Amino acid sequence: MRREVVVQTRDLSMRFGGVVANDRVNFDLYAGELRCLIGPNGAGKSTFFKCLTGQLKPSEGTVMIREQDTTGYDTHEVAQLGVGIKTQIPNVFDGLTVEENVLLSCRRWYGARRAQTLTAETLERVRLGDIRQRTVGTLAHGQRQWVELAMVMAAQPWLVLLDEPAAGMTDEETVFTADLIREINKTASMIIVEHDMNFIRSIANKVTVFHRGAILIEDTMDVISADPLVREVYLGHKH
Amino acid sequence: MRQRHENTALVVLGIVGLVVMFAAPHFLQLFTIINLTTAIGLALLALSLGLVWGHGGILCFGQTAFFGVGAYVYAVAAQNFGETTGAAVLAIAAAAAVAAILGYFMFYGRISDVYLGVITLTVTLIFFNLLRRTSGPEYKIGTALLGGFNGTTAPPLSLPWDGNTILFPHQVFHVAMGALIVAYFGCVWLTRSHFGRVCIAIRENETRAELLGYDARLYKLGLFTVGGGLAGLAGILIANGIGRVTPDLFNLSYAAQTIIWVIVGGRGTLIGPVLGAFTIFWLASWLGTQSYFSINIVLGIVMILFVLLLPRGVVPALIDLTGRWTRRKMSQRERMRARRRTGRRAMQPAE
Repeated sequence: MRREVVVQTRDLSMRFGGVVANDRVNFDLYAGELRCLIGPNGAGKSTFFKCLTGQLKPSEGTVMIREQDTTGYDTHEVAQLGVGIKTQIPNVFDGLTVEENVLLSCRRWYGARRAQTLTAETLERVRLGDIRQRTVGTLAHGQRQWVELAMVMAAQPWLVLLDEPAAGMTDEETVFTADLIREINKTASMIIVEHDMNFIRSIANKVTVFHRGAILIEDTMDVISADPLVREVYLGHKH
Repeated sequence: MRQRHENTALVVLGIVGLVVMFAAPHFLQLFTIINLTTAIGLALLALSLGLVWGHGGILCFGQTAFFGVGAYVYAVAAQNFGETTGAAVLAIAAAAAVAAILGYFMFYGRISDVYLGVITLTVTLIFFNLLRRTSGPEYKIGTALLGGFNGTTAPPLSLPWDGNTILFPHQVFHVAMGALIVAYFGCVWLTRSHFGRVCIAIRENETRAELLGYDARLYKLGLFTVGGGLAGLAGILIANGIGRVTPDLFNLSYAAQTIIWVIVGGRGTLIGPVLGAFTIFWLASWLGTQSYFSINIVLGIVMILFVLLLPRGVVPALIDLTGRWTRRKMSQRERMRARRRTGRRAMQPAE
């Protein structure tokens, strides 16, 4: 039996004036998969990500999430399908406490009491229990990233889209983030945009390489890191 | 811990409010009581902006639009109905409806902060200019003449079950104070409810709220509508305090003062704007009795001083100060306890 396709784009194009950020991208994500999107700066990963999450409306083409045509959906409508999203710049509620941040995420889906227990559980899993009463704005960058990850996890999504979850983290923090991502992947399909190659190697089974707005190659990390074309794209000249 | 402090403060506030409500008419002169009713109306207007701006992050420069609509609808309807309960309900509903319609276009049109301020200010000034031009006998709604610049009379509140029994000024004061207390605690409840928490979250980060699946537009519209209704209620009280409803309720002076009350009192709190309105109202009345300084210049200086020195307003600064004080006291106690503990350990015989 073929595995279910949970995210599918067909001929997805995004143009900003004359700049083509995405050019007819055909992309499939299967249920349970953990897919990393990589590519040099300006390759169109983040634009593609924003088209999936409804932060941008694609110029052409379609986005399907399960059986739902979500092309042109607003962000909150995409989220309402049970999709957890973390953006590139940490988007958290800086003026509120860690606990409240996570609770607001749970409370969207569950009643007050269930949301409380889920929040407590999630905070323990992400090791934020000790600082639950701290205001998020006063936390270090890595911790803020985890708060956002906790918000994604707490809603128990079936599909998780993460844009650079390990950006700006120390090596130690990155290792723990990788653990968390593997744990999320047990119950959710995932798409992760990343730069850090070691991080990707530690989590991904399949990688999609973007170049000049289109998909260059899709394969396992080993094949991709040996691929001469990818090396050329990344380093700008042949080796 | 913080919640407990807050609850204690709320109980104290409630008691103070009730004491003022019942005791004030026994001690103060009639003139002062009527003036206080006006001040309560303004405080309620400040509260409505404090809710919308402080908790929803919606900078509404024309909260007076809903305030004036409330006052006008109350005055016109009361003259027509011959009783005031229906008029009051209609006035609040009309103010909320105007806010809802305006809010729909602003929020669903994704208009950003600064433009939102400009649009709301423009709306209140349009009302101001429109009603100033209604002086002829042809501008009549039912039996009520709109009266242009001079406005129209606002009948005082009457008993809900007996429209012919008109309330005395001190009874109107009771109603006004009661309305302020109920509105204040209603706002506290609202900001603590899930709806209110989501509104605060949207103020903090609209993108994140949407990423969590909350429709920010809808929540903002809801909060804005509630704020509009509250401003309408404030309009009813001011109509009772002054006894007339004039286009001035919509003017720039009121619109700007509402912002000043909230800034002085403290954005992000609910009691701040209320106290800010009372204080500035008192300051302005006091300044009105002398002729050395212009009121507007003094208010301007107050505004500038606050923005420079206490940008968050009086109440948040006070909360900060007391918080720091209790924390220091607690850490002192903690240190004492620690010293005692290590002392005891030192006394134990070494192995």
